Amino acid sequence: MEVPLTSLAIDQAAIVRHFIGGQHFQHKLRMMGIREGKVVKLLASQPLMGPIVIEIDRRELTIGRRMAKHIIVETA
Amino acid sequence: MKKIVLMGNPNVGKSVVFSRLTGARVISSNYPGSTVDFAKGRMHIRGHEAEIIDAPGTYSLQASNKAEEVAALVLDQADLVINVVDATNLERNLFLTLELIETGKPVVIALNIWDEAVRSGIEIDYPALEEELGVPVIPVVALSGEGIRELVNRMDEVSSRPVQHPVPDEERWIRIGSVTKKVQTIRHRHPTIRDRISRASIAPITGVPIAIGVIFLAFFTVRIIGETMIQFIFDPIFGLYLPYVTALGNWFGPGILQEVLIGRLIDGEIDYVQSLGILTTGLYVPLGMVLPYIISFYFTLSILEDSGYLPRLATLADSVFHRLGMHGYGIVPLFLGMGCNVPGALATRCLETRKQRFISATLLAIAVPCMAQLAMISGVLGPFGLSYILMVIATLFIVYIAAGLVLSRFVKGESYEICMEIPPYRMPDPGIIAKKTWMRVRGFLGEAIPYLFAGILLVNILYATGFLDWIGNLFAPLTAGLFGLPKEATTALLMGFLRKDLAVGMLIPLGMAPQQLVIAVTVLTIYFPCVATFAVLVRELGSIDMLKSTALMVATALVVGTGMRIILLGV
Repeated sequence: MEVPLTSLAIDQAAIVRHFIGGQHFQHKLRMMGIREGKVVKLLASQPLMGPIVIEIDRRELTIGRRMAKHIIVETA
Repeated sequence: MKKIVLMGNPNVGKSVVFSRLTGARVISSNYPGSTVDFAKGRMHIRGHEAEIIDAPGTYSLQASNKAEEVAALVLDQADLVINVVDATNLERNLFLTLELIETGKPVVIALNIWDEAVRSGIEIDYPALEEELGVPVIPVVALSGEGIRELVNRMDEVSSRPVQHPVPDEERWIRIGSVTKKVQTIRHRHPTIRDRISRASIAPITGVPIAIGVIFLAFFTVRIIGETMIQFIFDPIFGLYLPYVTALGNWFGPGILQEVLIGRLIDGEIDYVQSLGILTTGLYVPLGMVLPYIISFYFTLSILEDSGYLPRLATLADSVFHRLGMHGYGIVPLFLGMGCNVPGALATRCLETRKQRFISATLLAIAVPCMAQLAMISGVLGPFGLSYILMVIATLFIVYIAAGLVLSRFVKGESYEICMEIPPYRMPDPGIIAKKTWMRVRGFLGEAIPYLFAGILLVNILYATGFLDWIGNLFAPLTAGLFGLPKEATTALLMGFLRKDLAVGMLIPLGMAPQQLVIAVTVLTIYFPCVATFAVLVRELGSIDMLKSTALMVATALVVGTGMRIILLGV
């Protein structure tokens, strides 16, 4: 099922499928290591619509929630 | 002279490699027209001296922010590029590597953090990687210095190659995929203690208490180190200086020269804090009182940075700070500013856009009292009861949040959402911490002290010529009418421009009611930063933005002061 990254549960893993946004946005994400086909896991979600923390390729990344909403992942 | 440029992603230990390669003569510079710092130094290769530049960290040459633009510009001047690659994160790092190779410049790859890669079960066949890329690849552990000699030796091997046609991003990713697959094997590993600590410090439930603990510990460290240095180093030095400056004062005799250079005598003697002369207070305040704290601040900050904690703190703080028009890193200037506003103002650089920096700096100047001022506030209000101190703190807190919400809506410009990598925790290296602290302290000496000095000179001349009293009388109706304070309080408010803590002290003899004191110290905090902070902010924001920021400070002071009069005095 394809859902935005923000709807994962803590410790749930999924596969990055595509991004909703311009070239610049997509480039930025790929540069940070968030690329199509990668396995991503949600590590923490900050309260009050704060950022989320994910793990990808053994790396931890903090992403603002608005950006994360535009990252579409596929859950098992 | 040959120019060598260090290029690499953020958090790959580039500055550690830089430290290993350069000698003691290192300068931190600003790229013209930006607030992006990079370090420059010298090194010897086979008897030739070469300049080495540590470019800002960048993920690719297609710049997406100011630091990356600067990195690309620095690269243009390079005769040789050392590409520092994080061995624990090969795939992502290779994008920049391929871009660098395509420029045709001679490239050497330092495969850094090699030890950690080995420990965490990542195997990289570096001779195969060398063959794939066609440039030397040397595994290094910059922290211990391992592999650095080999890196220097192999710099001779490389030469320029023809510029290649730029490749589309997709093609580069495909190439990276196949190269990584060929040279890298990853074994599964179990979570270590370090992973668990990392998890605990970013989950809100455990992370927030940890953050509060770390902040308190940092404050404590700064205070202890600062106080110790004052007691054992700075005060004794100024004690030795006192007889000379006293003799100089006597030689001048009364007059304008004595007034400006030595200042007023308190009980017939020079008082370093109250005399207000250039050679007395002018030297003592920046060097004897502020500098020790600056040193201990930068030391503590460097440890926090190198341990990898700051990105975690920023992650936790982002929930609040992104609503105030900044992002999570906005907590750094706030937290530093509570020690002394000067390093707080310098730390606004950790935010990216003009809007974010403007908001952060303005809020700092408006609502963040420094340690000295806080101490004075508790001293003055303490006898009346804790509730009055809390009233001041609560008002400032509300003002910080409210002003942030307003500014975030109305200040033009962008405020990017947080998006950053959280590096693994690492043990800071004492040598590198020392070097970093020294570079920053030297930066402070060069940048802030001249402004501070000029500011004190200016206030002194205004004072000696009676201009300050004249202004005091001019504004007295305002103080009395709007804030409900005696008109003598005006001079104290004006004095706050020089030293906020002293100004708080000047309020004591006026015999005000505790409610009036609360209003006075709050207004004193809000209306204007001290001269040192002001000078740094002018540099950081530019004079036009600083003018806007100042207007906001004065306006906020008027609104809050009047509001408090209505609430507290009921008139």
